[in-house]
Amino acid sequence: MQRQLATMKQSLFDQGYLDEQFVQLEELQDEVNPNFVEEVVTLYYRDSVRLVQNLEQALEKNPLDFSKLDSYMHQFKGSSSSIGAKKVKIECTQFREYCRTGNGEGCKRTFQQLKKEYATLKKKLEVYFQFARQVGPVEKARRPK
Amino acid sequence: MDGAVGFVEEPHVLAVDDNLIDRILVEKLLKNSSCKVTTAENGQRALEYLGLVENNQTSSNDNASKVNMIITDYCMPGMTGYELLKKIKESSVMKDVPVVIMSSENVPTRINKCLEEGAEMFMLKPLKFSDVKKLRCQFLCSSTVRAS
Repeated sequence: MQRQLATMKQSLFDQGYLDEQFVQLEELQDEVNPNFVEEVVTLYYRDSVRLVQNLEQALEKNPLDFSKLDSYMHQFKGSSSSIGAKKVKIECTQFREYCRTGNGEGCKRTFQQLKKEYATLKKKLEVYFQFARQVGPVEKARRPK
Repeated sequence: MDGAVGFVEEPHVLAVDDNLIDRILVEKLLKNSSCKVTTAENGQRALEYLGLVENNQTSSNDNASKVNMIITDYCMPGMTGYELLKKIKESSVMKDVPVVIMSSENVPTRINKCLEEGAEMFMLKPLKFSDVKKLRCQFLCSSTVRAS
């Protein structure tokens, strides 16, 4: 079962959903905080709900306030980057680039893509954590190849 | 404490970041490096903790003297990490405490500005364990920590 878990994790990395930062999180997990990664990821999703809402509302305004949009996205990118959410981070970067060039359509399009990646990752991680809990505490994180 | 050689057992670090996830991460990174950690979500709260508000050097608390290092995010609403750094360097109580600035953006002018103002180091986010270990060795070993 541990091998299945490792395979699951490897595939998340291979498909580009997660990056090295996720491994950093796992390395922080210890007896004091045995569920650290899951807790942080859960908090990320809970905390970013309001950012998503803020972005949604801001994208409905006319004209768009690119500075505000960029500011929200800076926050979002920061958190996403901190948990290793690679695809989400890529969309955040793209969004900020569109803010920089004042491309409203680009922002809107990218935001839709971002929400998709954000939701997909959430589902995949839910499955992963569920499985991880069944497997039980594993020794220190193994780096994916 | 009997002036032992080697690391100070549990240096106290004040970590300032407006991002919740980053606050949690930096706290855990520091705790895993045997540091005692206090977090603040913005510059104002950090200054209040240190008893440095209103340029009042006679702190109503002695937190300031117990803090061995401050690590702060650069981009924060209200008061940036740079502004916080300046206030700390202006304080007679805190000016010798190492301040490290973190940022998710690699902007050379920003980095130079902070270093010129007296920041010991500028680190790119997200922080890794190796970054924190480096900080721990460089700024928080007994020869550089003043006696509390």
